[in-house]
Amino acid sequence: MNFINLLKIALRAIANNKFRSFLSMLGIIIGVAAVIIMMAIGQGSKESVRKEISKQGTNVINIRPGADMRGGVRQDPSAMQTLKMSDYEAIYNEKKFITHVSPEVNSSGQAIYGANNTNASIYGESIDYFDIKQWNIEQGDCFTEEDIKKSAKVCVVGTTIVSELFPDGQDPVGKTIRFKSIPFRVVGVLKSKGYNSWGMDQDNVIIAPYTTVMKRILAQTYFSSFICSAITEEMTDDAINELTEILRRQHKLKEGDDNDFQIRSQQEMMETMSSTMDTITVILVVAAAFSLLVAGIGIMNIMLVSVTERTKEIGLRMSVGARGIDISNQFLIESIMISITGGLLGIIVGWLGTLICSSFGLPTAIPAWSIIVSFIVCTIIGIGFGYFPARKAASLDPIEAIRYE
Amino acid sequence: MSEKERKVVIELKDVRRDFQVGSEVVHALRGVSFKIYEGEFVTIMGTSGSGKSTLLNQLGCLDTPTKGEYFLDGTPVRKMSKSQRAKLRNRKIGFVFQNYNLLPKTTAVENVELPLMYNSKYNAKQRREAAIKALQDVGLGDRLEHKSNQMSGGQMQRVAIARALVNNPAVILADEATGNLDTRTSFEMLVLFQKLHAEGRTIIFVTHNPDIAQYSSRNIMLRDGKIREDTQNYNILSAKEALDALPVNQDD
Repeated sequence: MNFINLLKIALRAIANNKFRSFLSMLGIIIGVAAVIIMMAIGQGSKESVRKEISKQGTNVINIRPGADMRGGVRQDPSAMQTLKMSDYEAIYNEKKFITHVSPEVNSSGQAIYGANNTNASIYGESIDYFDIKQWNIEQGDCFTEEDIKKSAKVCVVGTTIVSELFPDGQDPVGKTIRFKSIPFRVVGVLKSKGYNSWGMDQDNVIIAPYTTVMKRILAQTYFSSFICSAITEEMTDDAINELTEILRRQHKLKEGDDNDFQIRSQQEMMETMSSTMDTITVILVVAAAFSLLVAGIGIMNIMLVSVTERTKEIGLRMSVGARGIDISNQFLIESIMISITGGLLGIIVGWLGTLICSSFGLPTAIPAWSIIVSFIVCTIIGIGFGYFPARKAASLDPIEAIRYE
Repeated sequence: MSEKERKVVIELKDVRRDFQVGSEVVHALRGVSFKIYEGEFVTIMGTSGSGKSTLLNQLGCLDTPTKGEYFLDGTPVRKMSKSQRAKLRNRKIGFVFQNYNLLPKTTAVENVELPLMYNSKYNAKQRREAAIKALQDVGLGDRLEHKSNQMSGGQMQRVAIARALVNNPAVILADEATGNLDTRTSFEMLVLFQKLHAEGRTIIFVTHNPDIAQYSSRNIMLRDGKIREDTQNYNILSAKEALDALPVNQDD
C-alpha cells in the first residue's frame, strides 16, 4: 500500500475522531510548548547575563587574594591579605598589556544625611576604576589624584544614595554625608546603572579614594582585590600572564609554588555564568520533557483504544488483502500524524507563550535548534508510542477480528 | 461442456482442520474434498457446528488446513505465509459478509475502492473508475457518494457485493449474505447473485437457510466436518420470479 493511501486513511481516522485526536494532541502541544518556552527563557537569560557582563567590559580582569581553592576548602585568613600596596605599584609601573588598574577595598554600613539614612556599600577605588567600568559621572566631578594622596574625605555617590538621602531633590554635590560616622563630601553623582543580573542595585554605592577607605574606615594595609582592564579583549590572556608574572615575583613565589592570588577575566566569568545558566536550562527543559513523555503515553493509550474499537475494520481490511505491515503502518502513521501535528501546534503555542513571557519582561530567545529538536522528538514519540498499538493491530487474527462485536 | 474442459477454480484434497481447545483436540473438518469449477453457484449448507465457518475460512485463505491441500485457482495455499495469503485474498477472492462490514462514515465509492487500495497496480483514478463500475453493476450507480450510515441494509449489502466484485476475483465468497435482510431484500440479493452467476462468475454462498439452495446450481451439505451431500441442482429457480411473486410491501 502506498504512502499517500496510508496518509489518506490516517487523516480519515483522525477526522472521524476529531475531539479525541485533539485531546491526545493536546498533551504533545503542551509538552512541546513547555519545552520551547523553557528553552527560550533559559537562552534569553543566558544572553542577558552575557550582555550584562560584557557591558562591564569584556577586557576586565579581577585579581583576588588567596589560592584558587574551589570546593569549599577553608583558607587561613592571612592568605586573604596578600595583595599589598607594593603589588599595586609594581603593576602600575610595569603594565604593558594593561591600560588601567585600580586597587579595591570595600565596606558596608549606614550612610546618613540630615534626618535620612540608608544602608550602602562603600568602595575604595582609584580614578582608573571609572575608566575600567566605563562609568561616567553625571553631575559634579570625580575625586582627584590629590584626594587619593591625601586620603581626602570625598566621595561620588550612586543615584540610589541620592534618592534615599536627598528625597526632596536637593543637589547632593557639595553636601557632606556621613558614612560610619565619618563625614564625606559628595563631589559627584554617578550615572545610573540599574540592577545587575544578580538583582543587585548597582546604584546603591558610595565610591571614595581607596586610601581613604583603607585608612579611615577599615584601618588595614591590604587590598581586597584589584580590578584591571586589558588593552583589548584579545589581549586578555597576555595581560593575565603579565599580571601573574608580576605578582609571583612580588610575592617571592618559587617555581612550583601555587599562586596565592586568583586572576579571573570577565570572559571566564561569562563562561562560568553561561554554564550555570545552561544547567538551569537543562533542568527546566528536562522537567518540560517529562510532560512530553506523559503525552506520548497518552497517545499510546488512545491508539490502543482505537485498535480495539476498530478491530472489525482491521479484520475487514485484512480479509480484502491488507497484510500485517499495511495495518501496522496505518496505525503508526496515524500516531505519527497526531504527534507531529501536535508538535507543530506546540511550536506555535510555544512561540506565542514566549512572546507573552517577554511582554512580562522575561528575557527570551528561541534557539532555532529547539524547534528542530522538538519536531524530531515528536516524530520519535509518534513512532515509539505508536509502535506497540500498531503491532497489536497487525497481529490480530482476521477470522476473529472480522466477527468481533 | 464436459467436466474436463471446465476450469477448476477451487480444489480441496482431504482438507482437515483441528483446533486445540484446552487439552482436547476438536476436529472441525475431518477430510473434505471437492472441486468447484468456474461459473458455478454453489451453496454450502449445514447446521451450527457442522464446520461451515471453518470451511469458509479455508476457502477464503484466512486460515490454512492442518492436513490436506487447497488449491485456489491452481495455487497451493497451505504453505503460504500470512502476507502471501493476504495478497492472494486481494487478487482472487471477494468477500461478502452477513453484517456488510462497511467502513463507517465512508462513502460507497470509497468502500468499494478498499481492496484496490492494497493493490499497487491501481492508481487513484483507475481505482475510482473500477469502483464506480462495480457499483453500477450492483445497481447503485446513483448512490456513489452516499455514506455507509445513510443507506438501507439492502443498499449496504449491494455496496459490499460491489466491493467483492471490484478486484474481478476468481471466486466470490458470501457468508450468510442475506442473513440480516428481510425477505424481499433477500430475494433482491439473490436476483443480483443470479445475475452475477449468469455473467459467468463463480459464487460460493455459505448459509444455513435451505431455501437458498434452490436458486444455486450446486449444493454441498456439511455435517460434523464432513460432506454429507454434494448435489447438482438442474432445476434452478429464478429469484426474479420469486421476488415478483412476493406480496407488495405495504409501506411502498
